[in-house]
Amino acid sequence: MSEAQIRLSGIERVFHLGDSEVHALSALNLTIAAGEYVAVMGPSGSGKSTLLNLLGLLDRPDAGRYFLEGRDVSALSPEEQALVRSRRIGFVFQSFHLVPRLTAFDNIALPMMLAGVSPKEREVRVARALKDYGLEDRAGHRPEELSGGQRQRVAIARATIMEPAMILADEPTGNLDRATGDEVVHLLEGLNSRGVTLIVVTHDPGIGSRAKRQLLMEDGQLRHDSASTRVNPE
Amino acid sequence: MRAPDLLRFASHAATGKPLRTSLLILSVAIGVAAVVVLTALGDGARRYVMNEFSSLGSNLVIVLPGRSQTGGFNPANAITGTPRDLTINDALALQRGGSIRRVSPIAVGTSEISVGGRLREVMVAGTTSQYVEVRHLDISQGSFLPEEDWGRAAPVAVIGAKVREEMFGALPAVGRLVRVGDRRVRIVGVLASGGQGLGMNTDELVFVPVALAQAMFNSNTLFRIMVEAKNREEIPAAKAQALEILKIRHEGEEDVTVITQDAVLATFDRLLSALTLGVAGIAAISLAVAGILVMNVMLVSVAQRTGEIGLLKALGATGRDIRLAFLAEAAMLSLVGALAGFLLGQAGAAAIRHFYPSFPAYAPDWAVAAGLFTALSAGILFGVLPARRAALLDPVQALAKR
Ligand SMILES: Nc1ncnc2c1ncn2[C@@H]1O[C@H](COP(=O)(O)OP(=O)(O)OP(=O)(O)O)[C@@H](O)[C@H]1O
Ligand SMILES: [Mg+2]
Repeated sequence: MSEAQIRLSGIERVFHLGDSEVHALSALNLTIAAGEYVAVMGPSGSGKSTLLNLLGLLDRPDAGRYFLEGRDVSALSPEEQALVRSRRIGFVFQSFHLVPRLTAFDNIALPMMLAGVSPKEREVRVARALKDYGLEDRAGHRPEELSGGQRQRVAIARATIMEPAMILADEPTGNLDRATGDEVVHLLEGLNSRGVTLIVVTHDPGIGSRAKRQLLMEDGQLRHDSASTRVNPE
Repeated sequence: MRAPDLLRFASHAATGKPLRTSLLILSVAIGVAAVVVLTALGDGARRYVMNEFSSLGSNLVIVLPGRSQTGGFNPANAITGTPRDLTINDALALQRGGSIRRVSPIAVGTSEISVGGRLREVMVAGTTSQYVEVRHLDISQGSFLPEEDWGRAAPVAVIGAKVREEMFGALPAVGRLVRVGDRRVRIVGVLASGGQGLGMNTDELVFVPVALAQAMFNSNTLFRIMVEAKNREEIPAAKAQALEILKIRHEGEEDVTVITQDAVLATFDRLLSALTLGVAGIAAISLAVAGILVMNVMLVSVAQRTGEIGLLKALGATGRDIRLAFLAEAAMLSLVGALAGFLLGQAGAAAIRHFYPSFPAYAPDWAVAAGLFTALSAGILFGVLPARRAALLDPVQALAKR
């Protein structure tokens, strides 16, 4: 592979809380190739979510550069970043984040609607997604009428409907019981097996160990990367 | 985002909170309805007055004795002292004016009318046969004064509807002999009720030939001379001719006042139009208040939907998409409110017309257009701030808030 899909170099992210500074991420270097399956683990407050937000272009680093598919995306304007999010990145959240007043169908279609895909095309693609995720008979249901597992499946269908290059999942099983959680993980792994880069933040060692590569975060730094023999110094 | 999707998304968001949305629509609707109803009242009053005046005879020019005060102090007048009176010969001379169609002199005084033991005080107006055409009066029985030499004091009279009622009751009046003052006159006609004159209701008038009235009151002056111009365009010419003719007859002294119906009408028109504009302005303030309400509700809505806004950003929405979605929602609410208010206001005006059929309560087009426009622009203008706030939300923090 000539160029890594994701390359972070010298990333710093500092939050100011009154007089004190919190280094949510510091001196972070990371490369991830297309199609990788990465689990991000570490104690609470270690910077996992902050890292994922940066990768998803929801947040900007205070220093350092982020290359996505060879392009420095940390320098893009907000509108250009929105376009990258729309075409290349899919998000799955712990609390699903479905729009309560919209049906499963409309929630799944939302990214396409925002991207200006024609209603006809949306119809076809959502119908296929509903079928793929076993939600055909739930198309007209609103989130409150769905179980947790069904909601997360709707969310995954939504994250994949634009056929992104990577899926970023922040504790996708955190609000689900074990059986349903496993089901969701299998779905995500299925996507990865078809070539989508999968980056999952998780507290669950069982899920983390399933990934082909584990990143261990601590105090905003990468403590351990299973893909490299080298352990970051203090 | 495509425009139809944007509108559907915005309307979905609005209908998702039916109570909030309907209250907002109501507030805008009340503002627009207020504009429509109040201007309908104001403009209705203007039309009402216009109608009343033009029923007097629209091409009317009125000649009064004496110089009007409007010209300011004129030393020439001060020296000459009392102005000359208007006479029947003055009125006759006015008939020569090229733009003048009809002339009708009026002499007035109060007297008593009596018949069969009934007695009543009345205002007696001496005039000529043409008066009925000049003033567009309707005759209910008999005919108006006969056409004859103005100097002849034929012993005839035409009475108003109320005078007839009080003097004769159910009995026929035409052909009867009555006493007016010290004269015995025969009634030749009765006027239809409701005829209106400048400050005179014809219902309580008794018309006699002008020479008879002057003889009765022992005077040869006229109260005024009614002149009818050939048409609307010739009113100024008729006015000028009347002034010119009388100036020559009064030895070069301009000692009469000529007023036109148009001038009186224009004054009332201006006055009542200003009134309408005033109430429209007051009603428009309620629209501004509605606009502020739209802003508040939209700000609350942005706060409530923070999580959703963060999500939309994560899914690829640009700041512009979000701004437009919120603006579209505000615009939609004010549009629906404006239309509802328009219907409500028109219904209100229709109700006024139903209960007061003689009152033409129609809201003028400009007021309706201004009301709708103000409602829409207030909604959009006050929607800008909430929409901007939504667009500027930080997605990470927005998503964290649930
Ligand atoms: N908006 C913010 N303002 C201030 N501090 C923040 C903000 N977001 C994160 N932090 C801080 O940055 C650090 C990393 O936070 P982050 O959310 O990335 O942790 P995490 O590893 O995801 O934790 P958890 O496992 O609990 O989700 C924490 O110390 C947190 O308090
Ligand atoms: Mg986290």
